[in-house]
Amino acid sequence: MKARNTIGPPKWARALLRWYCRPDLVEDLEGDLNEYFERNLKSKGATVSKFIYAIDVLKFCRPYTLRKPNFYDLLLQWIMINSSLKLSTRIILRNKLFSSINIFGLGVSMSVGLLLIGLLSDMNSYDEFHENHDRIYRIVTTYKYLDQDENDFASTSLRAGKAIEESVPGIDKMAVLYRGFEGDLKSGEKVVPLTGLWASESFFSMFTFPMISGDPVTALREPFSIVLTEKSAKKFFGDDEALGKTILYPGEKENNQYIVTGVIKDVPSFSHVKFDVLASISTREITMKGEKWEMVWDNVWNAYVYLLVPEKTDLQNLQASLNDISTKENKTVKNKLISLSLQPLGEIAMGEDLNNSIGPVMGSSNVWMIGVLSVIVILSACFNYTNLSIARSFRRSREIGIRKVVGALRFHVIAQFVVEAVVIALCALVFAFALFVIIKPYFFSLNDQYRDMLLLDVSAKMVVYFILLSIVVGIVAGCLPAILFSRVNAIQVLKNISSIRGFRNVTMRKALIVAQFTISMMFIAATIIGYKHYKQVLAFDLGFDTENILNIRLFGKNKAHLLSKELREMPEVKHVSTSLMITSLGSYWGTNVKYSNPQDSAFVNYNLIDEHYLALHGHKLLAGRNFKSKPLDAGETEVIVNEGMLKRFNIANNDPQMAIGEFITMDRKELQIIGVVKDFQYGKSIDNEIEEFMFRYSAKGEYLNVKVLSSDWPVTLKKIEIAWKKIDDVHPLEATFYDEQIERSYSDFSSRIKTIGALAFLAICIASIGLFGMVVFTTETRLKEISIRKVLGAGERKLVFLLSKSFLLLLAISATIALPFTHFFFAKYVLSEYADKAPIAWTELLVGTAAVITIAFAMIGAHTLQAARSNPAEVLKNE
Amino acid sequence: MKGTNIGEFEELVLLTIAALMNDAYSVAICDELEKSTGRSAKLGVVHAVLNRLEEKGLVKSKLGEATSTRGGKRKRFYTITNGGKAALIKSKELRDELWNKIPDLVLKRI
Repeated sequence: MKARNTIGPPKWARALLRWYCRPDLVEDLEGDLNEYFERNLKSKGATVSKFIYAIDVLKFCRPYTLRKPNFYDLLLQWIMINSSLKLSTRIILRNKLFSSINIFGLGVSMSVGLLLIGLLSDMNSYDEFHENHDRIYRIVTTYKYLDQDENDFASTSLRAGKAIEESVPGIDKMAVLYRGFEGDLKSGEKVVPLTGLWASESFFSMFTFPMISGDPVTALREPFSIVLTEKSAKKFFGDDEALGKTILYPGEKENNQYIVTGVIKDVPSFSHVKFDVLASISTREITMKGEKWEMVWDNVWNAYVYLLVPEKTDLQNLQASLNDISTKENKTVKNKLISLSLQPLGEIAMGEDLNNSIGPVMGSSNVWMIGVLSVIVILSACFNYTNLSIARSFRRSREIGIRKVVGALRFHVIAQFVVEAVVIALCALVFAFALFVIIKPYFFSLNDQYRDMLLLDVSAKMVVYFILLSIVVGIVAGCLPAILFSRVNAIQVLKNISSIRGFRNVTMRKALIVAQFTISMMFIAATIIGYKHYKQVLAFDLGFDTENILNIRLFGKNKAHLLSKELREMPEVKHVSTSLMITSLGSYWGTNVKYSNPQDSAFVNYNLIDEHYLALHGHKLLAGRNFKSKPLDAGETEVIVNEGMLKRFNIANNDPQMAIGEFITMDRKELQIIGVVKDFQYGKSIDNEIEEFMFRYSAKGEYLNVKVLSSDWPVTLKKIEIAWKKIDDVHPLEATFYDEQIERSYSDFSSRIKTIGALAFLAICIASIGLFGMVVFTTETRLKEISIRKVLGAGERKLVFLLSKSFLLLLAISATIALPFTHFFFAKYVLSEYADKAPIAWTELLVGTAAVITIAFAMIGAHTLQAARSNPAEVLKNE
Repeated sequence: MKGTNIGEFEELVLLTIAALMNDAYSVAICDELEKSTGRSAKLGVVHAVLNRLEEKGLVKSKLGEATSTRGGKRKRFYTITNGGKAALIKSKELRDELWNKIPDLVLKRI
């Protein structure tokens, strides 16, 4: 016994020995090892002798020492498991309230877990269909201009691809993609708008896109070759053979016939790159001949380079060679630092959201957020289980006492309780799965990204994960009660049951309730703050008018004036203008501008507009005049700038009136300032820094801005659509209201709020129902006390207060923890980056708390009132 | 009975058991072997040999009294059976016989 106080051999090793060793050998063997251990302890110290002991235990594991598997033991274990299962079912059925609260709570929370599993398994199966998927890497680019922030791009330059091909050894294959092969492709009379990529010859040998007809090795070798997907081939040629047919591609600078050299199966949904058509990149060598821009080092915007490396490649080595290339090539450009790095194929779909990404990307931060929040919700449901189990301990402690007397070991009691929890969790899984199927469409509608990227189809693998999840949840929920119950002292329980009123773990139970409600309150406060902030952002004064403006995207050339003529004839249409882009949505066009000082240049954003634009959008001219109508081919001579521009270059000492007539230089043109507009928001409003900006004139735009006033919107929109059909029957009409576009540009933000909101709702549901269970339990045990109090003259109100006092206190504690924490968290981390400095009002937080408390109070109040109203005579009679 | 043929190490262990008389348990046998042969005797090996000897019926064992050392575990004491004695004698005789066959001359010359 005294050995307990001194250093002993490692427990696990001893347990292992006892487990595997034959019963008739184990005693003296253990004794021998002990003797050696004590000897070593004196000469070699504790750590070494423990280590030797463990090694010896492992070494003694020989055929002659092994315990023979005992049929009887196995049978017994089987019987025990069966009996636990049977007992668990009986206990679940016996206390229906307890079970249904738990099955509901765990089910609701696990359905979120199932969504998470589905999401993760979908994201992990991205690009797995490529045979070499674990050896493919993409080159990504970090771009830094002067002392601006670094920007990461998924794209890189063609030059980089070429340099890697020439100077980096030990690469199996390299494939290059170039975006922008899109437009209205024509074959005979058929016109089909398609989007696709230019791809290098090696594309099909690196990626696994099975080819239906054509030779994958040579399909993209020759210039002017084109490979169609099955679907796009069908659009052109129906069921006819597509191979060898010609297709006309009207590019920006070319109008060339391409020959179909292959048809591939449609791109699988779990591919990070999506396309309808591929054209051979060797075509660009011909069509882009003489374009200096094509092969320069700092044109990192359009090309994608993929490497297939041999197994066991030293990536650091590879990275070093990439760095060498960057160092060498950076000397060819001015003011820019460009570096390359490798990104594994498997991390593209669920990685960082890089600029210029080639397909949809699920930001890992998004996944993390959902992950962490759903774990919190699941834990909250586990707390319910733990709490209610412990609360019922009083009832079950006698059962455990008898079990122990009959011969149950501590382990058996633990196993019994864990099995019970797992059975409940498995029941909850059925419920959770039903919920999962129901909420799946709602989940998709949270975020367009989810709809684009996920399928959430249930596969065998996912079912296994589902079951694993429920088992883990069961163990987590059941382990605490199991451990506590297993400590029950059999003699004490059986001798005098009233001596132990439950466990002394009341503090822990309270702590769990506080934790649940703190989480719920934080969730709901976060939702409210986020929502309010979102509304603020949407209502932000951009500095111009967006109301009732319909933006119509134009396709092809020279159709703008036809369409605008058509639209102007409609009585509902008040005004029509054209523009290159739509401002305030987070897209940018810019160029380098110089004023008097040739050394001082700045990158200035602009928009190309026609003469109607400013009036239509309500931009205020501080000085000067608007553009005048000009024919399409007239040279550019004028520019309208904003106040920020005057400030940036200090034009005419910031005086708008004086600035008129000054010249600024851009794109090798001298443009005269003819007007100054009031500052407005060009970027997204949460970016909120108004910078230098200019309007340039162009009669042909990419968008028509139509100011519409209508009392019957569906009819008006229908009319616009008919007008569109007259001009363009290939493309469907893409018309969206400006306000809607702004809202959409914050969809990421709003979907986050929706996600947190939904989880907040679940968390509150779970916490409240758990609280309800606790209240039911406590009132049940105190029913007699209440009756006696009532008989002695206590009023109902007093009784309700008495019963709910302790719970109200807990809620108050939760509130005092949750409020400052949420406030701090939001002020410091979440909203600190947003520039409009709307402070987080305490009112929102208080509203959130009040909501939670009201719900909880309803739960408590309803039941306590019922208890307080019960007829004391009834209760006391049934003694 | 697997016959009375024994290997060299088995013989050494048997002899040690005989020499230790009433105190022959695994750790003591190990120590004694190390002392007399000068080479290290691993407990695992000795244990395996003891087990084999017992299977062959050359030794028998019984658990001793519990003591406060060894974590309260009893020792297993080994004693030689008649079969064991016979095996030892047989192997000694075999050696003597072979020794006797060697003419003095041969050894002296080496």
